Amino acid sequence: MSGLPPREDPFGIDDALQDAQDVGPTRAAAGEGPYFGDFGGRFVPEALIEALDELSAEYDKAKADPDFHDELTRLHRTYTGRPSIITEVPRFAEHCGGVRVILKREDLNHTGSHKINNVLGQALLTRRLGKKRVIAETGAGQHGVATATAAALFDLECVVYMGEEDTRRQALNVARMRLLGAEVVPVTTGSRTLKDAINEALRDWVTNVDSTNYMFGTVGGPHPFPAMVRDFQRIIGVEAREQVLELTGRLPDVVAACVGGGSNAIGIFHAFLDDADVRLVGLEAGGDGVQTGRHAATITGGAPGVLHGARSFLLQDEDGQTIESHSISAGLDYPGVGPEHAWLSSIGRAEYRPITDSQAMEAFRLLSRTEGIIPAIESAHALAGAMQLGREAVEAGAPETVILVNLSGRGDKDVETAAEWFSLLDEGES
Amino acid sequence: MTDQQVRARTTERLEQIRAEGRSALVGYLPVGFPDLPGSIDAARAMVDAGVDVVELGVPYSDPVMDGPLIQRAVEQALAGGVRVRDTLTAVEAVASTGVPVLVMTYWNPVVRYGVDAFARDLAAAGGAGLITPDLIPDEAGEWIEASQVHGLDRVFLVAPSSTPERLAMTARATRGFVYAASTMGVTGTRGSVGAHAEQLVADTRAAGAERVCVGLGVSNRAQAAEVAAYADGVIVGSALVRPLAEADSPAEGLTALAAVVKDLAAGVRGEAR
Ligand SMILES: Cc1ncc(COP(=O)(O)O)c(C=O)c1O
Repeated sequence: MSGLPPREDPFGIDDALQDAQDVGPTRAAAGEGPYFGDFGGRFVPEALIEALDELSAEYDKAKADPDFHDELTRLHRTYTGRPSIITEVPRFAEHCGGVRVILKREDLNHTGSHKINNVLGQALLTRRLGKKRVIAETGAGQHGVATATAAALFDLECVVYMGEEDTRRQALNVARMRLLGAEVVPVTTGSRTLKDAINEALRDWVTNVDSTNYMFGTVGGPHPFPAMVRDFQRIIGVEAREQVLELTGRLPDVVAACVGGGSNAIGIFHAFLDDADVRLVGLEAGGDGVQTGRHAATITGGAPGVLHGARSFLLQDEDGQTIESHSISAGLDYPGVGPEHAWLSSIGRAEYRPITDSQAMEAFRLLSRTEGIIPAIESAHALAGAMQLGREAVEAGAPETVILVNLSGRGDKDVETAAEWFSLLDEGES
Repeated sequence: MTDQQVRARTTERLEQIRAEGRSALVGYLPVGFPDLPGSIDAARAMVDAGVDVVELGVPYSDPVMDGPLIQRAVEQALAGGVRVRDTLTAVEAVASTGVPVLVMTYWNPVVRYGVDAFARDLAAAGGAGLITPDLIPDEAGEWIEASQVHGLDRVFLVAPSSTPERLAMTARATRGFVYAASTMGVTGTRGSVGAHAEQLVADTRAAGAERVCVGLGVSNRAQAAEVAAYADGVIVGSALVRPLAEADSPAEGLTALAAVVKDLAAGVRGEAR
């Protein structure tokens, strides 16, 4: 594993504490991060620290417990459908300059995306914590559906917070969650989207922390979520690395994934971090184009700051107020990003570039037509990235390039959006 | 003004009040609600009516520690175009009354402004320090340093869930007073102040805190009197925002606010009814 050493002196706290003689040593100074370089941490109310400590401690115990791993592996085999396969897509690859393109098929998982990898791990932890109620935030509804699914399986009370705006945009997923027995709470404050759903879930957690576990949906939020969710998603890259080696006899040259909060991307990147020759490329939601200001490309177009418990990049104005993001893909429509991505970007280990709505929809259409696979619009951003990266590789004289793309989810939930975008239905049919 | 004068402002005032044999009334209002001049008028009216320490809130887009009432007030303030630097204008206008003025802020606006620059400008405006609901001492290295340099108070929070080690660590990191959250939850008026509050104050003192004020959920005279019996100060927010939010005109809002403050001021003097 590429070590992520806890930071020894975040923000110069040792110096500060030395200056402040009436102040004793603190935990961060003692090096109990973990931080990812300058990013990460715990910027949350004190009332949540006990719960975060409890979760960290239980997770550390679970990590060291073979029974926990056996149980998670068993669930993935018999419920999620793991290992997910890889599929080489030569007809689509013709649109990527003719390089080799291989998809990691997280779209074939139960519930239709990579989100299930994380929630099953967190549901097992919830049981170990002895808690009977879980809460979650959701934007597109994919994490909400995955959480509701795990809650049904584990017999947990489940409340999902969803921005009112999103409950309207993703009404079918609201119905799915309710079918699964979850309570869906529309959030009517702020911008009424994912970031406000996270605020409301945090407020619920502060109030009900004794009985409730917060199943966070991505690699953001306060420690331990970024590291823990990454560990649960890491299986994507671990499997794919073996599978690509077996298929091609070598490692891929490029690994591409879309980045919302960053969980599917970190999941596929992580097993390759120590393979210095493998390029890691995160594709952010460029919306109407980063220059228009209407986008969700947090690393490309944002700045460092603190949001939802972690120091990372975010979209903010000059006063530090969060700016609303825009993307055709509800799952990428978030003004923050996980701290490990901010760190990987800052040290140059991973690159991040924006893909506009139209570029993503073009890739969405192409994969459907050439390979018979309808991707999630989120994942279509990664496919559009592969189209760019493949053509660039060929121009640079490397037509043998192998690109591994994380197909993080399937497009069933996006059919309505696509029908509208491509005008697929005549008046009266829609 | 020297650092020395600034540094002791909140502490001195709380010690004076303790010597009077009562508890302090700490009143919160968000800057820019209903608008910037209106919020300054309201804060000054609050002082005239008997608030001992003023807490001015920096409006923020993602206030996770606040309940619906303050969320809506802050949304209105932001929609009205209030800026972080307006907070400093408000601080200056209210500090001129002579009461200590603390700024309550979520952390990102300060990060964006620059931690040292904000501390410098707050001190220059006559502010006493910061209350930081989403900044724990563990993450506060830069702020601790800046507050030392500029002589500002650091009010950190403790909660009923805080362990004895964290109470001790927070007490050490604090200057001014420790803010004890009466209950697990967010701001808002409640029928009763958390049963854990008195124990939390006792535990926080045992952990080394010299001054502990209690906030979250205090809304009337009886609750203020109850808390005043064991805490150095009673912090009230939503109950002060409500009369402004419900008033038909700014003038009516100020009158209603003054009435609430007078009632609470009687409470912290032990007059339960
Ligand atoms: C299919 C799919 N891919 C990607 C994402 C984005 O999340 P993350 O960046 O955490 O993988 C989502 C979120 O809803 C999703 O549903």
